[in-house]
Amino acid sequence: MRQKGSMNKVLMTGNEAIAEGAVQAGCRFYAGYPITPQNELPAYMAGRMPEVGGIFIQAESELAAINMVFGAAAAGARAMTSSSSPGISLKQEGISYIAGAELPAVIVNVMRGGPGLGNIWPAQSDYFQATRSGGHGDYHSIVLAPASVQEAYDIMPLAFNLADKYRTPAMILGDGMLGQMMEPIVLSQKAKVKSQKYRKPWALTGCKGRKPNIIKSFYMKEGDLEKFNLILQKKYKTIQQREQRWQDLFLDDARIVLVAYGTMARIAKAVVNKLREKGKRVGLIRPITLWPFPNSIFKRLAGKGRQIKFLVIEMSYGQMLEDVKLALNCKFPVEFFGRSGGGIPTEGEIIKKLR
Amino acid sequence: MNLKKIYSRPQSLRNVATHYCPGCGHGTVHRIIAEVVDELGIRERVIGIAPVGCAVIAYDYWDFDCSEAAHGRALAVATAIKRVRPENIVFTYQGDGDLAAIGTNETIHTANRGENLTAIFINNAIYGMTGGQMAPTTLLGQKTATTPKGRDAKLQGWPLKISEMLTQLPGVKYIERTSLHSPQEIIKSKKAIKQAFVNQIEESGFSLVEILSPCPTYWGVSAKDALGWIKDVMTKEFPLGRIK
Repeated sequence: MRQKGSMNKVLMTGNEAIAEGAVQAGCRFYAGYPITPQNELPAYMAGRMPEVGGIFIQAESELAAINMVFGAAAAGARAMTSSSSPGISLKQEGISYIAGAELPAVIVNVMRGGPGLGNIWPAQSDYFQATRSGGHGDYHSIVLAPASVQEAYDIMPLAFNLADKYRTPAMILGDGMLGQMMEPIVLSQKAKVKSQKYRKPWALTGCKGRKPNIIKSFYMKEGDLEKFNLILQKKYKTIQQREQRWQDLFLDDARIVLVAYGTMARIAKAVVNKLREKGKRVGLIRPITLWPFPNSIFKRLAGKGRQIKFLVIEMSYGQMLEDVKLALNCKFPVEFFGRSGGGIPTEGEIIKKLR
Repeated sequence: MNLKKIYSRPQSLRNVATHYCPGCGHGTVHRIIAEVVDELGIRERVIGIAPVGCAVIAYDYWDFDCSEAAHGRALAVATAIKRVRPENIVFTYQGDGDLAAIGTNETIHTANRGENLTAIFINNAIYGMTGGQMAPTTLLGQKTATTPKGRDAKLQGWPLKISEMLTQLPGVKYIERTSLHSPQEIIKSKKAIKQAFVNQIEESGFSLVEILSPCPTYWGVSAKDALGWIKDVMTKEFPLGRIK
């Protein structure tokens, strides 16, 4: 529900902000299947899509929903689906097909506790699935992790632009806390990234005036798939070089650097501010792109010769931790604190871990 | 002598060699779809969805826009394409495993939404591409790679009549079951396919044509005997004609 305030400021849940951000980014096709804690998102789209001449479909399953997104993307629309962890597991085959057919699409995962049915509390335990090609085959999705309701709104044009630019799936990796939390946000004017229009000469429109277009991920002839996979790998390398994004705080003199993303990064930021007031030299790195992982900021820090202790904090039992270790190439000590399954690391627990 | 050309390759069919087995029905149905597309003058706005199964590379034969779909999801892909581009004519081409086993959910719900689509359903009572396993439409007693003693209702249930099931749904406009076992039946199949496309052009709802099609390779019979088996055995379980 949108509650209008003064100017263009509105109070929204993260789920609704993602939906409205997608609409502003030109998303005109949404298909999804209900699952908590992301239900506000499809409900918002059900009302909003018809207002902007878009299409909303409540699909019969997660499988149908992601394959509808495949079809809408093949037809040239900006298309999106959303779900939460168990539902995202169901979508993995479709995401692999989208990557293999080089289609642009946005997938939102409002993460909850797992494994299995787990529970509906916030978690960050799908990091591996999101960043390591959760489906079959050698592919990657671009993964973006907003940390506030405002950022969840602002980041949507970027997600659609990157998906279109590289013809690849882009995932918004949030969690139940971000999805359910209400915050005042400023709409559209302050959106940091503008929607861009990309030509889609490959789209299925009917073959009038041109040769037929074929959307496929199937390469049976000997050698063809390997050739195609090398093209994909080249694309992923370009994305890794150009699209790393992060936010950092107090890295100039930090002796301890906290690393956290999404909801967890907000708690980490509060810890950093608290300890700074006490004169402790603590900093923060908040990856915004989880794939490509922002290796460059870690490499830059490692090159400075200063001894730094890193503490990775996650609502999981250590998934992004592996990327931080890889980025640092074992040059610095990396510690970890995480909880998952309903518990969220508190400021107190993190400060205790730092002692 | 004044020669008149009365039969040639449709514009919508590419001039390429077939990968199908001798006596297979897919090539025939590919061709009559291409003929219908040409006759209705819709080649430049038709979009075909190929299945996973023997017809996975149907887009290598048709000369118009096509998409692949994951196994069983052709109607989900088609739903979205048609909703995004209602001016295009969108059809799926699916086998019995694709449409009536792994994709049953999509089949029922696409039909139930009354999507303005055309589904061409090839029923050959077997999984061809994977080596002749039991299909949902395999007949009782029929031997396959996974029913070596013949399909037993106690163990594997009965042949699934998905076309009859779909008649219950208000969103379904038209269902007809045809066969490829004789030239007359092929002509009827083409007529039914044409009707299913015309229905979409007239925006009247979901249409499905089920076509009984020979698979001599995995039925373990000659091409000629395969046609006889359709006529004498298969049509008893799957009666031909208008179903809705």
